[in-house]
Amino acid sequence: MGDRTLLQVTGLVKSFPLGGGFLKKPSGWVRAVDGVSFTVARGESFGLVGESGCGKTTLGRLILRLMEPTSGRVTFDGKDIFAMPRTELLQLRRRMQIIFQDPYSSLDPRMKVEAIVTEPLRATSNRTRSQRRRVAAEILEKVGLRAGDLDKYPHEFSGGQRQRIGVARALCVRPDLIVADEPVSALDVSIQAQVINLLGDLQEEMELAYVFISHDLSVVEHVCDRIAVMYLGSIMELAPTVEFIRQPRHPYTEALLKAVPFPDPHRRSEPVLLEGDVPSPVDPPTGCPFHPRCAYCFDRCRREKPSSEEIEPDHWTACWLNSGRGLEGEQT
Amino acid sequence: MSPPLLDIQDLQVDFHTPEGIARAVDGVSLAVLKGETVGLVGESGCGKSVTSLAILGLIPSPPGKISAGRTLFEDRNLLAIGPQALRRLRGKEISMIFQEPMTSLNPVLPIGRQVAEPLMVHRNLPRSAAMEQAADYLERVKIPSARKRLNDYPHQLSGGMRQRVMIAMAMICGPKLLIADEPTTALDVTIQAQILSLMMALKEESRMSMLLITHDLGVVAQTADRVLVMYAGEVVEAAPVTDLFDHPFHPYTQGLLRSMPRLGGHDRGRRLKEIPGTVPPSTETLVGCKFADRCPDAFDRCRKEKPEPAGIDRDHWARCWLFEFPKKRGVHG
Ligand SMILES: Nc1ncnc2c1ncn2[C@@H]1O[C@H](COP(=O)(O)OP(=O)(O)OP(=O)(O)O)[C@@H](O)[C@H]1O
Ligand SMILES: Nc1ncnc2c1ncn2[C@@H]1O[C@H](COP(=O)(O)OP(=O)(O)OP(=O)(O)O)[C@@H](O)[C@H]1O
Ligand SMILES: [Mg+2]
Ligand SMILES: [Mg+2]
Repeated sequence: MGDRTLLQVTGLVKSFPLGGGFLKKPSGWVRAVDGVSFTVARGESFGLVGESGCGKTTLGRLILRLMEPTSGRVTFDGKDIFAMPRTELLQLRRRMQIIFQDPYSSLDPRMKVEAIVTEPLRATSNRTRSQRRRVAAEILEKVGLRAGDLDKYPHEFSGGQRQRIGVARALCVRPDLIVADEPVSALDVSIQAQVINLLGDLQEEMELAYVFISHDLSVVEHVCDRIAVMYLGSIMELAPTVEFIRQPRHPYTEALLKAVPFPDPHRRSEPVLLEGDVPSPVDPPTGCPFHPRCAYCFDRCRREKPSSEEIEPDHWTACWLNSGRGLEGEQT
Repeated sequence: MSPPLLDIQDLQVDFHTPEGIARAVDGVSLAVLKGETVGLVGESGCGKSVTSLAILGLIPSPPGKISAGRTLFEDRNLLAIGPQALRRLRGKEISMIFQEPMTSLNPVLPIGRQVAEPLMVHRNLPRSAAMEQAADYLERVKIPSARKRLNDYPHQLSGGMRQRVMIAMAMICGPKLLIADEPTTALDVTIQAQILSLMMALKEESRMSMLLITHDLGVVAQTADRVLVMYAGEVVEAAPVTDLFDHPFHPYTQGLLRSMPRLGGHDRGRRLKEIPGTVPPSTETLVGCKFADRCPDAFDRCRKEKPEPAGIDRDHWARCWLFEFPKKRGVHG
């Protein structure tokens, strides 16, 4: 990819203290993000899927340095975002934005749309108020709202319209990267389609890159060029979308895809049921984090955590089954 | 054919709101046969939950009021039998499961006790016998080491486990009808698959009927025998599940099916079909069809006069003027 690389995440770790407090030792740690690496190219849609609590939101916030990591690196356009001083980070924020899941709670109900949409502009540029208003009006039209909406409050809009306001806010600084954290999960299908189409149109027009976080595999398939699946803070598989969906190589990806209820009554499947729950990240299993639920688990999986390997060009998995080393390990 | 187990006719539910009277359910008719699974689908706010709450007399009043309709369960009109008789029915002959188990589980009561409770109330079993059966049932719904967990509190369980406890509680008296309101919406897909498969297995065993409320067309396709599609308080289309997916008639049903991305589909990167606009507020009284404003096929009649349900096929009907004027379809879109 070379200089097409926009974002590079390397060995990122984030642990949260458990039950600690002021002057109190924490009783344990949650490894919410546990050694994650990947890159995102300019203009690319990178999908991040996985079940509740696997670390998607934490990873998304780390990418924008909305929180500090425990260890690891994130570079944006070649610059290490955790090494840079606050002032430089503020400038960089113009180029990376976030859209939140909940169109109801993520907009301040006491602020008018104009103030909401121009907030990132106020923080990062010294344009005058009327200049900012002009930018906001333009962006609103772009997301399918009207300039007249600038003087309204969030409660005057429907869920889909509020999500458009969230998109407008992220766009008004003309970023290169948007982290979209479950941007359509709270919306009904018919409205979801409107927002997905909008995100697609804007990407084409503005050469935007997305880190698109969702637990809905069909949405991610539709939107993304590549998909990574997380489990207990680790990426288990990463592949171009078509391969990811058609030829998953990690048992977890396979199980996840099979669990999606297919909207066709002629294809009623007995899903391959994944037994049990996702284990707690407070007390993660030894070895491969997925091994307690994996149908193919063998000795080595319980002992040793597999690292991510490129098994085909651009297709990565962290699974002993896909690694020559798995069988060797068994023979000894 | 034997009469339906549940037969709702022209149900109407109003809420008094500061903006005026909101008709949340506007003339819904719905039947569930013995052993049948009926899916009730539609977007947020269309009246699915209010319909189901009305069946068991659980509409908060005020602000809500059932202003018209009849709800026959076997030969009893549930809207007329009074709160005491309804309470005796609830949990015994008709049970409910909700989306968020924490709203119906008691946070300060151990789960074993909660599952045993319906047996003590409805079957007059002594506590020890009820607890014994509760333990058995918790094993059946696959709570791992159920017997050791009888004294656990709901917050000590995962979301999927809590939903299993809810199912055990709902099913332990062997109800004739289970109303499940978005039972898996809050769960991860792998857990959803487990819970749905458990519900369907228990249902097969007991020949129970089920009214399954969801906004997920995938869930409906995988579980229902018959489907009703609601829009703005009305049922706009009803059909056996295969007919509905193969030959949706109402432009709203068609729109819903088209707007959904499908896993492994060939629509990647292409634009999804949108349904423009949004649902009209339920405080607005509209003449004509409530979907007309968003409908690609609407013509003058649709805005002037409300369509009555019309049969397309045996068991398949829709509320749409296109039934009488099929040539109007597609002329604008
Ligand atoms: N501020 C925090 N303090 C302690 N633990 C946290 C904190 N934020 C997240 N966690 C824990 O880190 C793990 C990952 O959480 P995260 O919100 O990133 O998951 P997610 O994949 O976004 O889940 P969801 O799909 O439910 O949004 C969870 O176990 C969560 O409880
Ligand atoms: N207690 C209440 N007071 C006022 N209005 C109410 C009340 N409960 C429901 N409504 C209104 O009734 C309508 C139908 O609501 P209902 O909960 O049945 O929708 P739903 O189809 O179940 O939606 P969802 O998919 O979001 O659960 C909505 O417009 C809602 O605002
Ligand atoms: Mg999250
Ligand atoms: Mg509801």
